[in-house]
Amino acid sequence: MDWLRSARQTFDLQQYVVYLGFLAIFLFFAITLSDDGFLTTRNLSNIVLQTAPATIMAIGFVFVLSAGEIDLSFGSIVAVSALSGAVVMQDYPMVAGIAAGLGVGLAIGWFNGFLVAYLRLPSFLVTLATLGLFAGVARSMTDLRSIPVINDAFTGFFGSGSLFGIPSLILWTIGAVVVGHVVYRETRFGAHVIATGDNAGAAQVSGIKVPRIRLAVLMISGGCAGLAGLLYAGRLQAARYTLGESDLMTVIAAVIVGGTALNGGKGSVIGALVGSLLMGMLNNGLILMGLSVSDQMIVRGLIILIAVAISLRDPAR
Amino acid sequence: MKTTVHGGSDAPVLALDNIHKAFGGVVAVEDFSLELRAGEIVALVGDNGAGKSTLVKMISGVHAPSSGTIRLDGEAVSFSDASVARAHGIEVVYQDLALADQQPVYMNMFLGRETVRGPLNLLDRKAMMRETQALVDELDVRIPSAKAIIRDLSGGQRQGVAIARATHWARKLILLDEPTAALGVAETAKVEDIVRTLRERNIAILIISHSLDQVFRLSDRICVLRRGIQIGVRETAKTDKNEIVSMITGVG
Ligand SMILES: Nc1ncnc2c1ncn2[C@@H]1O[C@H](COP(=O)(O)OP(=O)(O)OP(=O)(O)O)[C@@H](O)[C@H]1O
Ligand SMILES: [Mg+2]
Repeated sequence: MDWLRSARQTFDLQQYVVYLGFLAIFLFFAITLSDDGFLTTRNLSNIVLQTAPATIMAIGFVFVLSAGEIDLSFGSIVAVSALSGAVVMQDYPMVAGIAAGLGVGLAIGWFNGFLVAYLRLPSFLVTLATLGLFAGVARSMTDLRSIPVINDAFTGFFGSGSLFGIPSLILWTIGAVVVGHVVYRETRFGAHVIATGDNAGAAQVSGIKVPRIRLAVLMISGGCAGLAGLLYAGRLQAARYTLGESDLMTVIAAVIVGGTALNGGKGSVIGALVGSLLMGMLNNGLILMGLSVSDQMIVRGLIILIAVAISLRDPAR
Repeated sequence: MKTTVHGGSDAPVLALDNIHKAFGGVVAVEDFSLELRAGEIVALVGDNGAGKSTLVKMISGVHAPSSGTIRLDGEAVSFSDASVARAHGIEVVYQDLALADQQPVYMNMFLGRETVRGPLNLLDRKAMMRETQALVDELDVRIPSAKAIIRDLSGGQRQGVAIARATHWARKLILLDEPTAALGVAETAKVEDIVRTLRERNIAILIISHSLDQVFRLSDRICVLRRGIQIGVRETAKTDKNEIVSMITGVG
């Protein structure tokens, strides 16, 4: 029975939960909603387009969680970044808008990171506070008004455009996943992020600049949220304080289901992508099934609970 | 005095002069002075809380001494963090700061100095695995594979990995903080063999141990600490357990 034991050792169920879950839910909707257009190319590509911002936030979140920190503030960073970009583009060209959106995201990430890395305040509390703080900033920035984005170059680049027939939102998703995956898995920086979340003391005595890693992951998360804000603004051709508000649960669920440990030291960018697509598919399917909004919330909550429970179950305990 | 020939200079590898360390109001180490020469094994003994680990962490740059000087090859150094000491060829097996549990053996072996390849400086996992495997085979550390996750290893296997890492990278000085505390008889003997090989490589060794048998088997000199105070240094060949025990306890 040696092969059985070794198979058990190498086959880490948790690692594949997200793929199995994805497949199961996909098949379920494909069968039950075959007459409601779930399987049409249009609907499937819509799912990917709609999840693009959440996927990019999820990638940032993988880095933060892996380093043993958390970022609850990315939802408000999305709104502030999108609004900043939109406001700037009322008078200046696209490049300035992009710089404003990304710059604001990175700056807020730096602020979070500075408090966490150098003043050693717990990231949970810091980002809970900045979540509220920047939600307020987003509301007061434009007096709750939404700002239209009429810059065609921008809305093409971040929203409705395409290259070689591939929609730009899909290209952004692919690009972010590839870059995120390579940095996370294949670079020394990624290894140091993971080591910091696994055992900060061991990382420190191994010469890893742990505070710098903590600052960097929160800036990555802020930058990703800024980019997500620009994608929302591009797709909706407007920025509004509500952008990103409802993404917190979706993104956390996507990342955890995708195999990233809540307490650091382990994660997967590809898993987060699949987790994010799974959440998007769930939204889409439940709407097509004709569930009321409140029923959708209940079913989605239950499914996330089950998925998270499975992916967090530690077989060694 | 033992006479050894040193490469070029006659300065000790490590010289501690009047090292003092306080954590807030708590004095952990007082006026500690010691010299270590290449190829010499010095044992540091003392009861729990005597300040042994604190001393190791000052040498490796984890803690800065409150006062006093540390000299390497005769040159005064101040380590801003552990990476500087490592660059000087100092390796440590810590008592409490060991390994990244959820990572494979090979990533721990190369933690903080991963091998990279290509123009993009991507991790060369294959090379790291290969070198790790060769190293654990050479030191006879029995682990399932270089890819094994630390969490799945026994306490002794983990300690073996930590020691293998230190011996692999050490050039000048190695600090071992209770390296055999978790080990069985056979594994302990193996670690002691490794320590002797390190001496043959002309590396200076500072070993902390609560086992006086081990201290007498391995060391050239024994340094005793009691509640942060340096009680004295003895040549192992010219002392006995009774003397050391009374120095440690302050009784007799
Ligand atoms: N980071 C720290 N902050 C505050 N006090 C500390 C710190 N590290 C050690 N101490 C204190 O310094 C003293 C010496 O501790 P140390 O760990 O050096 O002892 P030790 O000789 O290694 O003991 P053991 O044999 O139990 O490992 C103790 O009183 C301890 O409480
Ligand atoms: Mg100790």
